[in-house]
Amino acid sequence: MGPRLPSMLKDAGLTAFVAAALGIFIVGFRTYDVSGKGLTFDYQFTDLAIAVATIFVGRLGLLLAAEGLRWPALVLGAVLGGIGAGPLALPSDFLHWFMALGGLLIIGRALWPWARQRMSTAQHSRRGLLLGRAGAKWFGWILIAGAVALPFAPFADQKTMDLSVLILTYIMLGWGLNIVVGLAGLLDLGYVAFYAVGAYTYALLSTELGLGFWIILPLAGMMAASFGILLGFPVLRLRGDYLAIVTLGFGEIIRLVLINWVDLTHGPDGIRSIPGPTLFGAVFAETAPAGHQTFSEMMGLPFSANQRLIFLYYIILVLALATNLFTQRLRRLPVGRAWEALREDETACRALGINPTSTKLTAFAIGAMFAGIAGSFFAAKQRFISPESFVFIESAIILAIVVLGGMGSQIGVVLASVLLIGLPEWFRELGSYRMLAFGLAMVLIMVFRPRGLISHREPSLRLHPVRPGGDG
Amino acid sequence: MPDAPILAVRGVMTFYGAIQALHGVDLEVARGEIVTMIGANGAGKSTLLMTICGNPRARAGAVLLDGEDITGLPTYKIVQRGVAQVPEGRRIFSHMSVFENLQMGATIVDPAHFHHDLDRVFAMFPRLAERRDQRGGTLSGGEQQMLAIGRALMSRPRLLLLDEPSLGLAPLVVKQIFEAIGRIAREEGVTIFLVEQNAYHALRLADRGYVLVNGRVRLSGPGKELLANAEVRSAYLEGGHA
Repeated sequence: MGPRLPSMLKDAGLTAFVAAALGIFIVGFRTYDVSGKGLTFDYQFTDLAIAVATIFVGRLGLLLAAEGLRWPALVLGAVLGGIGAGPLALPSDFLHWFMALGGLLIIGRALWPWARQRMSTAQHSRRGLLLGRAGAKWFGWILIAGAVALPFAPFADQKTMDLSVLILTYIMLGWGLNIVVGLAGLLDLGYVAFYAVGAYTYALLSTELGLGFWIILPLAGMMAASFGILLGFPVLRLRGDYLAIVTLGFGEIIRLVLINWVDLTHGPDGIRSIPGPTLFGAVFAETAPAGHQTFSEMMGLPFSANQRLIFLYYIILVLALATNLFTQRLRRLPVGRAWEALREDETACRALGINPTSTKLTAFAIGAMFAGIAGSFFAAKQRFISPESFVFIESAIILAIVVLGGMGSQIGVVLASVLLIGLPEWFRELGSYRMLAFGLAMVLIMVFRPRGLISHREPSLRLHPVRPGGDG
Repeated sequence: MPDAPILAVRGVMTFYGAIQALHGVDLEVARGEIVTMIGANGAGKSTLLMTICGNPRARAGAVLLDGEDITGLPTYKIVQRGVAQVPEGRRIFSHMSVFENLQMGATIVDPAHFHHDLDRVFAMFPRLAERRDQRGGTLSGGEQQMLAIGRALMSRPRLLLLDEPSLGLAPLVVKQIFEAIGRIAREEGVTIFLVEQNAYHALRLADRGYVLVNGRVRLSGPGKELLANAEVRSAYLEGGHA
């Protein structure tokens, strides 16, 4: 560091001087309103000196880190952070924070190139790839274990559970749309239409015909899948933007039909008192309708509104995991690989004997089926549905989940759902700035991870170890 | 020729909108042959190959595969009848690994053949075996061409159509690719129809050749003869390939 040190010291000194010159009026003096005597002022030169010294050390630390002198920078950062966070009494709380954060910043800056190098070599080495794969697998299992245990966590109050059910619904929708958009590369802007078909199928069949939740669930899936085929058949020869516009139109048509076909759907009034899901015939309510018993009676537990919520939570958890499992399996089958190939190059796919229309149609129908099942769950959870719930913004949010998560990434959908559905709820304290913060978060993700949170694509299949003497 | 040629093109006319690209092309490829079609940029070589594959469709004339009219069939159905194509610009799946690309090639084949076919492709192109788990997009141009050919072979074709396999490759690599094409014909018994701008290599390899000029067949004959033809020499071989 020899010849560079004097110039660094000079730079740091200059920065400190500027800080002192600016700070002398802002920090150095403080006015008090002493009653009777008017304003007087006091000197705070200790504060100023500490702040200027912090800036000097901080600047020096950043310069050292930028030069690649990791250890001196780390020492400076540790000293600064240690003083800031330590028990030493400083004149103000602000100085504590200032020094601690400054120290952290230097440490972070010093470690950044190292961490980045480690990350990139890890991504490129074979061992790193394997570790990453194993890590992803473990991460997935830990998430699942966490999700199963969540209702019993001490912080799992009604609000948390409500939010978790909501997030899981969007995870399932995201996974469903991921088949269409992420794997098959078909931009679908009207995905919510299939969600609506599923929801209305459940609402109508349960209120009009009195069928149960578990019977309607697959029916709703099939109903939505047939709508998927119905829409897909004429439009799937379109590509990219054109397909997006047609699907957007389809989403609106479904919504308008729901509003205007009053005889069937009750129009804008929606459908009320939809029965909730049952467990072996037991309902989740304080009193059971004739011929049924309540869950609390069946189990001999005292009634609590939370039981219903926890039950709903486990249903959607199972449905979402089933969606994921199904998709993972499909990816390994020829049709799943054909989807991915189709996304990359349709012409090449034709040249390999793949029928693009039927391949796309399968993706569309399967994606629609999961939306229908999720919609059916939604209706059973809400007990009331109306066309209001199936507006375009829902399609946009689900699409944003898929895109932000990194097209085709299953774990990315989970992260993006938690971010997109969870954050606005957590940001609620920001009041009217909520959507602003939400937008900022989205912009930041797209700037720093332009290909989505998880952009690495796993090969769906690997060859077995090389067999010796394979030259035939 | 006692039985029908494996591929016969009869008076095919192809249009792009109002613009006519092929003005009645006739050609035949017998089973086991290597046949090439040479021509300058814009002569209609790629259009001819694509017309054989049904996209775009011929507006007049017929394409016969083993005597069966395949003119109106969609591409994927033609491919399912044993015609594999190595398209212009290779069009490998760049986000998929070499192995996955080869798997995609085997889509229409009984999976029981897969490992045997894979070994054959790897034996023909050992470089692909070395790069098995590498993503297609990270391969060199020559390796991508090998992958495109290997992928086409995975569909167990009777007839292999190649569109300018030498495009954008270094001379040494071009030589390797043409040697491989020769081996595919001799060792695998695959009939080959090859469209090329690189007249020297193509005519030297081919049993017979056609010369396409402005959408019409101008000359045809055995490869060696065309190679010696004065017109061919001046139009396609001037400037000296040794």
